[in-house]
Amino acid sequence: MENAKFRTLEYVFWACLLLPFVVTPAYLSLASQIAVTSLFALSLDLILGYAGIVSLGHAAFFGVGAYTAGLIAKHYWTEPLSGLLIAGLCSGIVGYALSHIVVRFRHLALIMLTMGFGLLLAEAANSASDLTGGADGLQGFHVPGVLGFKFDMFGRAAYAYALAVLFVSFLVARRVIHSPFGLALRGIRENAVRMPAIGAPSLAHLRKAYTIAAVMAGIAGAVLTHTTSTVSLETLSFGRSADVLVILILGGAGRLYGGIVGAIIYMVARDQFSGVNPQYWYFWIGLLLVAVVMFLPNGILGGLSALRKKPQ
Amino acid sequence: MFASLAGVLFDGFAYGMLLFLLSVGLSVTLGMMNFVNLAHCSFAMVGAYATFSLAARHGWPFLATLPMAFVAAAVISIILERTLYRRLYRSSDLDQCLFTIGIVFISIAVYAWFYTTEQQSVQVPEWLKGAQHVGGTTFANYRIFLIVIGLAITAALVLLVERTRFGAQVRAAVDNQRMARGLGIDVDRAFMFTFALGGGLAGLGGALSIQMVGLDPTFALAYLVYVLIVVAVGGLGSIGGSFAAAVVLGISDMAGKYYFPWLGAFLIYLVMVALLMWRPLGLFGKR
Repeated sequence: MENAKFRTLEYVFWACLLLPFVVTPAYLSLASQIAVTSLFALSLDLILGYAGIVSLGHAAFFGVGAYTAGLIAKHYWTEPLSGLLIAGLCSGIVGYALSHIVVRFRHLALIMLTMGFGLLLAEAANSASDLTGGADGLQGFHVPGVLGFKFDMFGRAAYAYALAVLFVSFLVARRVIHSPFGLALRGIRENAVRMPAIGAPSLAHLRKAYTIAAVMAGIAGAVLTHTTSTVSLETLSFGRSADVLVILILGGAGRLYGGIVGAIIYMVARDQFSGVNPQYWYFWIGLLLVAVVMFLPNGILGGLSALRKKPQ
Repeated sequence: MFASLAGVLFDGFAYGMLLFLLSVGLSVTLGMMNFVNLAHCSFAMVGAYATFSLAARHGWPFLATLPMAFVAAAVISIILERTLYRRLYRSSDLDQCLFTIGIVFISIAVYAWFYTTEQQSVQVPEWLKGAQHVGGTTFANYRIFLIVIGLAITAALVLLVERTRFGAQVRAAVDNQRMARGLGIDVDRAFMFTFALGGGLAGLGGALSIQMVGLDPTFALAYLVYVLIVVAVGGLGSIGGSFAAAVVLGISDMAGKYYFPWLGAFLIYLVMVALLMWRPLGLFGKR
């Protein structure tokens, strides 16, 4: 089993995530978007990278979290931390309910079912426009700040909030992965038939992992709601599910830092390229995907660690 | 009420024929090689844009462009299969999905570059434009034409697969690829031709769909969900299954839009999820 202690490189990495405060203060709102996406990708990594559940509908949980947080802020109170917890709880409940169905399927049926549930939720939110605001999105609320720090136009508090939530969730994910439960998940990923044969409750483990991932995705959605004070239908869209999958694969699935690295590269590249012409951004992302699958099957981080191991 | 029901059934059936053409190739190639080709609708787009350029820019008659749509899509799919896809037959589902999604994104950007992102249309001959009125129900000529073509191609496909030597090889490869190889069948070659045929049919479907749904570079993604639903519900490698699934999907989509417009696409997804939970291998799936 890998060493569960923090390594020097990890301290350096997290310290680097503080750099946007001083180096690129103009891009802090992009930075908080990146932190939210990183958390979302991390939650997908738990089920895809570690448990081997391919999902094309993970945005369902992101959206449930985002809308829950938005509805609380609009109709009840605007204190974000409690909203965060309730949003995580709600998407966790949805995830737990769906997990009973999802974990029984594999291959194409699994991909289609996760996609189907995602599309169903998106359509439901679109139809229930009294509750969700429909295609216009949920508007008309403002989250003033967190713990006395104001969400202002510079985005300092927003990025600090997003980064703190990402860090805490990362620690939780790290703890889960390095526990015996995490080891069992990897066992199921590698051989779904043998694990039950040696006595591991395979389906129960998968359900647990799926629920944890749903909670995390919901929290990511809630952070987005709090920092932007709107919720759009896009949070539930198929595009968001596909994007997060691309991000995770790009960074490297099955590695805790894969989602974060992928999110940084993807979001910064999109910010730069789509400024030139949004249409052709898809060309580069397509080329990137083809290249990653052909030449870097374990993503950027997988490629880096292969490079480092080679000389020995 | 009855007249509208007949109209909905008719329109849905015509739409189903279109979906069948778009998806049958994917179903058979998935059944043979287990290759998840999400770029199947990109081939349809190749055919659609071939028809559009020939008809709208070079003045070809619409009907003459249809075979060219088939050929263009078939050629492109052979080239892709030979150069790129065959390296990935042993990769995981996920890698195949991602790779082909990458191809979809590239194709969307390339077509946007050459043809702009505007919605395009083609001129069809006069005799395809009108409609027949029978007992208060309107039957659009173009949809009758779609149904005739769809049924003719289904019949030809069934004959090809059930009665010819090539069809026997394809069926053997779908049933048990290793056994087929053991018997000396050149599965790779059979697969290449099947892939080209499937791509070509998708191209034809794309060309025929311009008149119904218009054409812009997001076509490759917009119809992917429908095609996947047909394949997943119909079962892999089954022509009959794809046909049934396409007709059910076409009719329920039309009925949903006609009777329950406020539900949007909700009904379709609900039907898909329910069918998949009931039969994960599809209605007619064997494996």
